[in-house]
Amino acid sequence: MRLALRELHRRPSRFVVATAILALISLLLIVLGGLMDGLTASSTDALRSQRGELIVYSFDAESSLVRSRITPEVRGEVERVAGARSVAGLGSVQLGARVPGRGPRQLVPVVLFGYQLAPRQLPDVVPVRDEVFADSSLESQGVRKGMTIALGPARSPVRIIGFLDGSRYSGQGTLWGSLDTWRAVIGANRPSERAGVGVQQALVVQTNGRSPSAVAAAIDRATGAATKTLTIDRAIHAVPGISAQQTTFNQIIGVTVAIGVLVVALFFALITVERVGLYGVLKAIGASSRTLFIGVMLQALVVALIASAIGVAAGVALDLAIPSGGSIPYSASAGRLITSTVYLAIAALIGCGFSLRRVLRVDPASAIGASDV
Amino acid sequence: MRAGPKRGESPNEPMAAPAGVPALQMQEVRKIYGSGENAVAALDGVDLTLGSDEILALVGPSGSGKTTLCSIAGGLLTPSSGTVIVGGSDISRYSSKQLTEFRRSAVGFVFQTVNLVSFLTARENLLVVDELGPRTGRRARERADQLLDELGLAKRADNLPAELSGGERQRVAIGRALMNEPDLVLFDEPTSALDTHLGDQVVALIRQEMKSRGTAAIIVTHDQRITHYADRVATIVDGRVTDSSA
Repeated sequence: MRLALRELHRRPSRFVVATAILALISLLLIVLGGLMDGLTASSTDALRSQRGELIVYSFDAESSLVRSRITPEVRGEVERVAGARSVAGLGSVQLGARVPGRGPRQLVPVVLFGYQLAPRQLPDVVPVRDEVFADSSLESQGVRKGMTIALGPARSPVRIIGFLDGSRYSGQGTLWGSLDTWRAVIGANRPSERAGVGVQQALVVQTNGRSPSAVAAAIDRATGAATKTLTIDRAIHAVPGISAQQTTFNQIIGVTVAIGVLVVALFFALITVERVGLYGVLKAIGASSRTLFIGVMLQALVVALIASAIGVAAGVALDLAIPSGGSIPYSASAGRLITSTVYLAIAALIGCGFSLRRVLRVDPASAIGASDV
Repeated sequence: MRAGPKRGESPNEPMAAPAGVPALQMQEVRKIYGSGENAVAALDGVDLTLGSDEILALVGPSGSGKTTLCSIAGGLLTPSSGTVIVGGSDISRYSSKQLTEFRRSAVGFVFQTVNLVSFLTARENLLVVDELGPRTGRRARERADQLLDELGLAKRADNLPAELSGGERQRVAIGRALMNEPDLVLFDEPTSALDTHLGDQVVALIRQEMKSRGTAAIIVTHDQRITHYADRVATIVDGRVTDSSA
């Protein structure tokens, strides 16, 4: 193993090409993963920021907030389920916002949420009517604390009283106010979607320690299948387009990893061919195939880790360079950086595995000019 | 002082040869390549015994079986039949794993093309032998330095092979072959890449090192001029040792 590390140290130029290609592959993995995470986050962070474990939709809503309606009677049935510690209403409406300082036609797309259970980062007390918290991504659109913006064709005024991070939905910045504010705004701007008194789009449920899945099933039983209750994670994946988007990105990531395997396989196959003479001598003086192959694996792993470090640095730099909430939904999370590094390391180990047969076939007798044929 | 673990401590390792035990005994050794009509006997009933500190020059024309004999004696090849005993251990039926262990601990090789590891210094080339087995660290470093000193390479210990002359590289290869304190050292055409004067010096050095350690050696050579450094000369033709004279 020390021999393999010494070669890396003393002959770095030999590994530069492979390291450079793998660094680009690492960056590609991070960018693809970061875009997938960013797209998913910008479409679903409003759900992820909920403090409850479950979201209850009406059964025929197909897990869509817009289509879902929960009546007071159904809510009462949910509240009586043993595992439900607290039940809170949730409503949403997508509108264009007129922001002071922008042109009259330069509308900012927003999603107004009405809530009873405060999402993470917001105080427990729900704001009074016509006051809202705004997602911090809206700051890049000119939204400021204390400003009053006008929502929708009815130009319903709401005043910004603060900001929260990471609560975007459907790729848009969000506003968070009371259910009364939501009901008034949707009534004024979307008369056809008007929600009656006590009607909400969905319910956010906190459980009392029981398994959320079990409570979800109990809720749907209690409402006589009038509801469809999902955990937050399942609700995120049920948002239209998210699963297809993640599947597509994961397939591209899979192909990228496969290319990484191919690059490592080809590179170490070439290096192994070059080393047949050296391996013959080392086997002749007592090296086992296992020792030599561990050396190959160690070199592949070190090359992959160096390439990953370069890729991670570039990925983080990209994250810093891209403005938050901008048009590129890129997010380089620690988890994504670690996952990409692990993918590349696994690709390197699998790739160098293709050299195993060649290492095993090196005949120690070749060092002395004889061979057992 | 021994660089590696004492032989015989592991079930795979041959026992150290007791004093007076021949370094090598080959009895009726045959090596057949191919089968049926294509069968070729590279060695054909070789009987050869080498004393514990004896130096044998093995001469013969190309294709006569010199390299095959050397390879079987060094555990690089297994015989088709016959018995090979090195340092008191019968290696004829050793498995591939046992032969690897045997080569690491009981024999030394000096190859025709030297074959040092190009990115390792002279000292590190010697220490490779230690790194391939159970490592002994400081003891191995001390032994490597002692060998380099004895071979006149103390000041070249930190040089890479590319920075050494042909003779110096050959001496490093000799040092590597001696690192594991072998019972038997096999030299494959050690002077083929050297001029006459340097070749003479290297063979004189080989004799001096072998005799001072009481180690047996086989020197495979085409060069009749260096055979006078050997205790005995064996001639091999068509896989048979036809002459063995002092």
